[in-house]
Amino acid sequence: MTALDVSIEQVWSWLGEVADPEIPVISVVDLGIVRDVAFEGDTCVVTITPTYSGCPAMQVISDSVKEALLAHGVDDVRIVSRLAPAWTTDWMSDAGKAALKGYGIAPPVQQAIDISGLHAGIRRRAAPEVSCPVCGSPHTQLTSEFGSTPCKALYKCLDCREPFDYFKCH
Amino acid sequence: MDAKLDYLLRQGDNALILSQQLCQLCGKGPALEEDMALSNVALDLLGQTRMWLGYAAELEGKGRDEDRLAFHRDAIDYRNCLLVEQPNGSYADTMMRQFLFDTWHYFLMDGLTRSSDVRIAEIAQKSIKEVTYHLRRSGDLVVRLGDGTDISHAKMQTALDELWMYSGEMFLYDAVDHAMVEQGVAPAVDGLRQNFLDHLAEVLNEATLKMPSPDAWMQRGGKQGRHSERLGYILAEMQFLQRAYPGAQW
Repeated sequence: MTALDVSIEQVWSWLGEVADPEIPVISVVDLGIVRDVAFEGDTCVVTITPTYSGCPAMQVISDSVKEALLAHGVDDVRIVSRLAPAWTTDWMSDAGKAALKGYGIAPPVQQAIDISGLHAGIRRRAAPEVSCPVCGSPHTQLTSEFGSTPCKALYKCLDCREPFDYFKCH
Repeated sequence: MDAKLDYLLRQGDNALILSQQLCQLCGKGPALEEDMALSNVALDLLGQTRMWLGYAAELEGKGRDEDRLAFHRDAIDYRNCLLVEQPNGSYADTMMRQFLFDTWHYFLMDGLTRSSDVRIAEIAQKSIKEVTYHLRRSGDLVVRLGDGTDISHAKMQTALDELWMYSGEMFLYDAVDHAMVEQGVAPAVDGLRQNFLDHLAEVLNEATLKMPSPDAWMQRGGKQGRHSERLGYILAEMQFLQRAYPGAQW
């Protein structure tokens, strides 16, 4: 298949079906990982950006993007990794946040992590109020600053007692 | 060696060696939450290592890649500061080392986000988000353990006193550092050191720990490749597979 047969919008929509390997309910587009789609001649160039610099899912994501496009007949694909601007949870779509919540992961509640300096509470946890994704109660407590992946922390609900993942602001 | 290449190796080697040390605690943390945290911090640092050493390899232009730099350089070619090769010791030692490193790392990354070298600025902008989280966590633990029980307080004070002589090397600028400052690549030492000391003073005070004198004699040499015996053992474990089976892949 050549580039002429496929629109960029079509590629975006296909990529919207590529699931994040760690959190399969959210697509790589909703997560904000895919930054750009373009055609260079017959080559489809997909630009992605890492969430955390050591995220081991990036290779899998890169492979998944290629496989998904190949399944739609686009066999000439190049994946470009772009570092700047650095990925932030602000890029996560509302649909993505809703999907996370439905999956039992509390979505990021604030804007991107504040790196502005020590006076902005860098040391004291400016503990955000995270609502329980199960019962909606705001009475929750941080139990661990890291969870099963670098992008998550562990919380527990003080009302329904559910332990849950929280997708950290980043 | 080109000053910028040397400077990049320093950044990459600091992150790599500390990451390797933290990885050794995987499965051995004092609590499950701490175990996960240490491993995740190690992962962040490893990711940062790849960005620094990847750039270093490109700049060097001799066909080496990030893996080659990580696994096929001997201790004398490593440019990490002595702080990161200090033993994991007790959890007090591990966390105090982390806190000292994170504080310096945070202010250095902050300075590097304004680097005249665009690629370095981009790496710093990526890293500082992670480093901010690391520092918030390690500072919090220093306060909790320092202002904790008599035993935890004593262990934290001992850890601080014993690590203190390794907390100054980062601020002893040599020809490489000065060249980087002159080119606008790296931040000047004065502000960096003052910010470091101010933050330490604030946190250690809250932790009821006594901060040793900033004017104390400081160990040096790591940045120039003069390391303690320990680095050899760290590298022996980290590099074994690639030394025994060069180019082996998953």
